[in-house]
Amino acid sequence: MVAWVDFFTHMVTASQEVTYNSKIEGDVTVTRLDSAINWLRTNSMWPMPMGLACCAIELMATASSRFDIARFGAEVMRFSPRQSDCMIVAGTVTYKMAPVVRRIYDQMAAPKWVIAMGACASSGGMYRSYATLQGVDRIVPVDVYISGCPPRPEALLDALMKLQTKVRREPALKKQFSAA
Amino acid sequence: MTTDVDLPTAVSQQFPSAAPRPSLDCAAFNVPAGDVLAVLQYLRDTQAYDFLMDLTAIDWSAEQSPRFTVVWHLYSSTKHTYVRLAANCASDAEPAMPTTSGLWAGADWHERETYDMFGIKFTGHPDLRRILMWDAYPYFPLRKEFPLAGLPTEMSDADINAEIGVGVIPAPMAGGPFVATPGEPMSDAEPRAKDEAWNEKSEKPE
Repeated sequence: MVAWVDFFTHMVTASQEVTYNSKIEGDVTVTRLDSAINWLRTNSMWPMPMGLACCAIELMATASSRFDIARFGAEVMRFSPRQSDCMIVAGTVTYKMAPVVRRIYDQMAAPKWVIAMGACASSGGMYRSYATLQGVDRIVPVDVYISGCPPRPEALLDALMKLQTKVRREPALKKQFSAA
Repeated sequence: MTTDVDLPTAVSQQFPSAAPRPSLDCAAFNVPAGDVLAVLQYLRDTQAYDFLMDLTAIDWSAEQSPRFTVVWHLYSSTKHTYVRLAANCASDAEPAMPTTSGLWAGADWHERETYDMFGIKFTGHPDLRRILMWDAYPYFPLRKEFPLAGLPTEMSDADINAEIGVGVIPAPMAGGPFVATPGEPMSDAEPRAKDEAWNEKSEKPE
């Protein structure tokens, strides 16, 4: 069993006194509730793959064996919003699609997060036109933006790690019942 | 690309109303809107132009009359040649054209797209709805008076509109569209030479 009492404080070298010692404490681990819940959330963040354009190809590459998003616990792409935690908006959001994206976001159970993957999802990208939503943050709250057209899989993994860092820092119960 | 040398005389003999249309590539004809179906059927059945490559339209702008022209591109899979057909819409305010979805099933979606973008009604079409924009969209985006940035309107879902409180807004152009105008020296024509000091937050100076 791994000791992770000091997980929250990101201490690399912990003193023997505060770490878990199985000889003394047996099978009992003491931690903070926030830390425990966020540990679970960060390492099983199931994505809702909102693949709308070419960024979705890079999203699929990220799931493949070369980049292997499973290393970060996010390989379970769920096409049901009820079963997913993190919506990855990968591609151009048209105004025709925008209400659908919002409705799927609404159907996801809290707590939930959004990654805007690529230039189009972040800002409309090169599509300065009547048909394209100028950034998905106008309809859903975005946690992490990724630059690139399309971004490389490493960039998506980096965004996922940044989101995990963000989730570790937030009070675990704050997001439990909130809509956004 | 080979050319169908006998086609212009054959068409003009069969249809005296069909006038040759200036063209740099394939044979092309201007046809009155009433003869379009007969000419297309003749080209398909007699001249073996069996494949409808494209169906689109031209908006010559509101100052011009006739304003709208519908264009058909046909291809012959046996002769390996193309032919282009163009017909003006009689009305500028309520443009209409007979449907060719009875000749080619593939014309169905082409005509829906042309209706969606230009507002040209295809009479007799089995299911003339918008195909790219949503059904309640109030504009025809490829008409000349429609700005590239778009016009403000509501999105398709009333619930979502009420929830998020933003609809369709014009896209920020910030000095765009970024195209070089022809004829000028490149240093003056390219987009970066133009004034881009204004954007969606600060108005364009008069």
